[in-house]
Amino acid sequence: MTTVDPKLRTVRTACPYCGVGCGVLATPDGSGGAAISGDPAHPANLGRLCSKGSALGETLGLESRLLYPMVRCKHGMERVAWSDALDHVANRLKHIVARDGEDAVAFYLSGQMLTEDYYVANKLMKGFLGSANVDTNSRLCMASSVAGHRRAFGADTVPGTYEDLDQADLLVFVGSNAAWCHPVLYQRMLANKQNRGAKFVVIDPRRTDTSSEADLFLGLKPGTDSALFSGLLVHLADSGALDRDYIADHTAGFDETLARARNLAGSAGATALATGLSEADVAAFFKLFSETPKVVTLYSQGVNQSAQGTDKVNAIINCHLAAARIGKPGMGPFSLTGQPNAMGGREVGGLANQLAAHMGFTPPDIDRVRRFWKASDIATHEGLKAVAMFEAIARGQIKALWVIGTNPAVSLPDADLVRAALKKLELFVVSENVRSNDTVDVGAHVLLPAQAWGEKSGTVTNSERRISRQRAFMAPAGEAKPDWWILSEVGKRLGHAAAFNYTSAADVFREHAALSAFENDGSRDFDIGGLATLSDEEYDTMAPVQWPVRAGKPPSPRFFADGAFYTNDRKARFVAPEVPALRGETTAARPLRLNTGRIRDQWHTMTRTGLSPRLGAHLPEPFVEVHPDDALRYGLMHDGFAKVTTEHGQCILKVVVSERQQRGMLFAPIHWNATNSSHGRVGALVASHTDPFSGQPEAKATPAAISPYEYVFRGFILSRTELTLPPNLWWARATVPGGFGYLFADNGDLMRWPGWFKARATDDVADYMDVGGGVYRAACFDRDRIATSVFVGPGHDAGDWNVVKTMFAADRLDDEQRRMLLSGRAPDGASGGPIVCACFGVGRDTICDAIASGARTPAAIGAQLKAGTNCGSCIPEMKRLIAQTPAQADVSVKVAS
Amino acid sequence: MSEPLVIVGNGMAAAKLVEELSQTALGRYAIAVIGEEPRLAYNRVLLSSVLAGEAASHEIELKPAEWWRARGVTLKYGARVTGIDVGRRELTIENDENVAFSRLVLATGSLPLRLPVPGSDLPGVHTFRDSRDTDVLLSLAAKKSRVVVVGGGLLGLEAAYGLARAGAQVTLLHLMDRLMERQLDVTAAALLKVLVERKGIEVLLQASTAAIHGEALVESVELADGRRIAADAVIFAAGIKPNIVLAREAGLAVNRGIAVDDVMQTSAPGIFALGECAEHRGTCYGLVEPAYEQARVLARHLAGRKAAYSGSVVSTNLKVSGVAVFSAGDFIGAEGSEAIVLNDVRRGIYKKLVIADGRLTGAVLIGDTQDALWYRDLIRSREPIASIRTEMMFGRVGTRPKAA
Repeated sequence: MTTVDPKLRTVRTACPYCGVGCGVLATPDGSGGAAISGDPAHPANLGRLCSKGSALGETLGLESRLLYPMVRCKHGMERVAWSDALDHVANRLKHIVARDGEDAVAFYLSGQMLTEDYYVANKLMKGFLGSANVDTNSRLCMASSVAGHRRAFGADTVPGTYEDLDQADLLVFVGSNAAWCHPVLYQRMLANKQNRGAKFVVIDPRRTDTSSEADLFLGLKPGTDSALFSGLLVHLADSGALDRDYIADHTAGFDETLARARNLAGSAGATALATGLSEADVAAFFKLFSETPKVVTLYSQGVNQSAQGTDKVNAIINCHLAAARIGKPGMGPFSLTGQPNAMGGREVGGLANQLAAHMGFTPPDIDRVRRFWKASDIATHEGLKAVAMFEAIARGQIKALWVIGTNPAVSLPDADLVRAALKKLELFVVSENVRSNDTVDVGAHVLLPAQAWGEKSGTVTNSERRISRQRAFMAPAGEAKPDWWILSEVGKRLGHAAAFNYTSAADVFREHAALSAFENDGSRDFDIGGLATLSDEEYDTMAPVQWPVRAGKPPSPRFFADGAFYTNDRKARFVAPEVPALRGETTAARPLRLNTGRIRDQWHTMTRTGLSPRLGAHLPEPFVEVHPDDALRYGLMHDGFAKVTTEHGQCILKVVVSERQQRGMLFAPIHWNATNSSHGRVGALVASHTDPFSGQPEAKATPAAISPYEYVFRGFILSRTELTLPPNLWWARATVPGGFGYLFADNGDLMRWPGWFKARATDDVADYMDVGGGVYRAACFDRDRIATSVFVGPGHDAGDWNVVKTMFAADRLDDEQRRMLLSGRAPDGASGGPIVCACFGVGRDTICDAIASGARTPAAIGAQLKAGTNCGSCIPEMKRLIAQTPAQADVSVKVAS
Repeated sequence: MSEPLVIVGNGMAAAKLVEELSQTALGRYAIAVIGEEPRLAYNRVLLSSVLAGEAASHEIELKPAEWWRARGVTLKYGARVTGIDVGRRELTIENDENVAFSRLVLATGSLPLRLPVPGSDLPGVHTFRDSRDTDVLLSLAAKKSRVVVVGGGLLGLEAAYGLARAGAQVTLLHLMDRLMERQLDVTAAALLKVLVERKGIEVLLQASTAAIHGEALVESVELADGRRIAADAVIFAAGIKPNIVLAREAGLAVNRGIAVDDVMQTSAPGIFALGECAEHRGTCYGLVEPAYEQARVLARHLAGRKAAYSGSVVSTNLKVSGVAVFSAGDFIGAEGSEAIVLNDVRRGIYKKLVIADGRLTGAVLIGDTQDALWYRDLIRSREPIASIRTEMMFGRVGTRPKAA
């Protein structure tokens, strides 16, 4: 996609987005960018990339980067030298610990940190500051899986591998929109379906794009997953599908669990009642599962982000244990992680309820780690998990917080409360790539510029336990440093020079590997002792490798086929789930439940994906999806606006009316925040009820109300630079080719726009004003290129954003284009429509035209337009368009009849 | 034998009438055209192009000599009619014998106004109305003269542009606060001023000419506010008056122009008038298009068919000083109307569409007039425009919803 000088060296690295952990080939273009392609040699993706990964090259710009350390002074943030910033952080930490004790400090980390960075952060806090207040945004992501694994297996072990997904005959997706959130793995599973005839069962309250290929879709009531899997356990027992030997030899607690399951969902009928599904569908699922030994159950946020997430995980694992469908090719429970290195963080132990390297807070573990680290002040008890940590900050109990590489002011539940809490901190340090995000903007005291993807170097672990090198292929921006270095420098300044005397990421990795093997002897699943003696060069060239990598032992890709769990008696535990219930009652005032999740082309809080024009094109505005019946009941119009209110906050979102949504449920994406939208910070709506075992918040079922919100005017602005918009405006910002786009809605006076625009315009202005029609359109030019353009129109017609965007992207407009610009119509009359295929920028209208003229399959469309031929994640949407678009032959028949 | 039909005046109205008659009343009349200018009828609008060197004098002739011959028209040009004997149905002609008529059409056009200021009779004071004036102005321009053009209407702008293009150093004086105030609104006029100034013409607004000074020849122009502008020549282009001398002397009813009814007949049966000299329902039109419409009506009437002229929606659709200018209808925007406005100064474009009661009632366009005739038709047809309102500024669109 970018032309590349063949002399520039291609670097093998790994994608920084989801937990699939795809290998990426990055070839620097010599001018700050890089050409990106999938690494055909990487076992996770074999050359494929999704839309987000493909667009990585568009996210390398330095415009929004934090380039040097800054400290808050009287007059705001001031640039300081690294040594001054580090001295300041160390002194303040020392002072606060001395005065208020070690539990007054906390680190909040990120699943996007590299393992080496994670390791040093965890060591500094738990070994030398004496607290276990180290938690991470992974708490919002897969903490329930971790807790479920530990309850069942005695360790946080993912038993299977991606190859199981190729070899399974049945793939059960629970609370996972893998088609959008793990597209490359999803495509791999689709290939299994197409080539081997594997069946898909999709279990989700929403009819997501993942369900489009489902042989069976189970749209269950939210929060009832453990009833479904309890019913399945009963069915397995009653249909003779149990593996009695395995249960007897390798597990404990089966009988009690089965008895509980009979109470919860003793038959297909009872299961149907508990889950809101039809009995026939339930029975079909049970039959399919029990008759298909090679089954993998994949689960993600729909399971994890729940106040009973751990129970749901165990309810799933119970079924796999009972039939001994675990640790063998093509079968097993499979947690799909959402972050590139959530797994690495788990391995390091960078969570408040773990100590280090899959060791907990038992006295022998504490002692072992203390000796290995030569720790001056080791933590002796669990720290506060994310939600509790921020509550402690709000109470004033935690006085110093260091946030690294994450945006809690957006992503945590009850995010307004989080924002308020952060303001109370005495010391608020943020290590970041960007100068501004919601968290930084709350008022960080110290900003430390961290190296970003492409600059930093280390390892990440994906969902199948595969450790890959993330390598640098470009120079660090400004004075940015690796996180491990920043943390080590603070460690040294706190008086622990020997413990933090690292000279490279490889140094850190070797110590991490050594700790994993330290006094292990097979007692702990996580053991990469075989990598503890890698030379620097071997580390640099390390190929992707799956753990365990035990020193002197052959590799063993799967766990638990023959038992050998990590509990004291080496037996797995069946765990009986509680009666399914959602926390937070719906009421007359809050009659709906708000589900939250991801969209196809964005990731997290958009600090990186938000930089890509291609990715911004698919769904540029924050929205709420609602069932047609609810839309009717609450007076909502598709493409209108609605106010969504919960006990915790409110948002105003675009309305998408969709049959894919369940009645009584709303869905809103999590990505928008205060830097890119006025009213789209959905985190502020979410309740902070947490799971008692995992501490993971229930982000998908907050009681909510919805009501229509009217705007008189709508419009958009395109600008080469970021703008300050007029007050009292609804807006969302997206990156567009050549600059920034703002979509907005307004109840102000139309006449405020000409003045606002002209104050920001060049001398060369063209404008169009129809006061009576409620239309104002203007553009100013820098030579022949649009500098800024604003379109305001009545609610139903603001002009075609896609057309104007295309003209904005051009370096020069000829006279005819300039003439047509303010019409908001393409000179040739075709705009292509809203983007469907992000990889090749193909619009809906273009695709519909192709469909109408005979391309009736995604393959045919792909042959014609290339749409869907890269990552394939738009194929479900294309199929919907095919179903909706009559062929031309059909049209003529209709006319004739 | 054919009835003798005489047309007095050899301008654009006359030529159009002959053309129409040759289609609708072939052979019915023996047509004679008597014109004062010693040449074939030409397109007066293009005189400024000749001045500007964009067209040669012969290139602006409306029809070649063969065309007139082929239609059996007797052309008498360079001949001045001095009187009409309504009773005897005869015309007297200077230095020539009388011409009899059965039907008479007066197409005598208009005369340029000279301001009654001291010095307006000095040598070097000219008007810009016909081919002869053009020759004079060309010779002035050739000498790189400093020329003051009085009048910022269409005619003055044309003269100024032509002179400037031909090499003269031009100052345009206009009494009003904006150019072409009868055809343009404030914004359009301001843009036109910018565009005219871009062509090297100095424009002075609210400039009232008080006197022209000079001994034997024009030397300067004095304004009411005391300013003096050095000048080698002065061109009066500050308006025209209908040429009604013949009609008045013949006892026909006249006001500002020659009064005509809906078939263009004057107060005397069989005597008609059209074009700039005629006054229909109180209006004298100074533009080509109404004259052509009148010619069509009169030709049908003379052919014995039913026809009636009910007045023209005035529109201006011209290149003014090299700038396309169009205005029609209520382009200012009366109370109760609203406007859609497009501005693009760098491209020299201003467009305003005036809407009242859901219909297009007026338009003014500068710089981009490619949709002018469509707007004019919409104004005339009074078609509702609600369905095309958002798009009509940007080019022709259908007013009816697409068939389902």
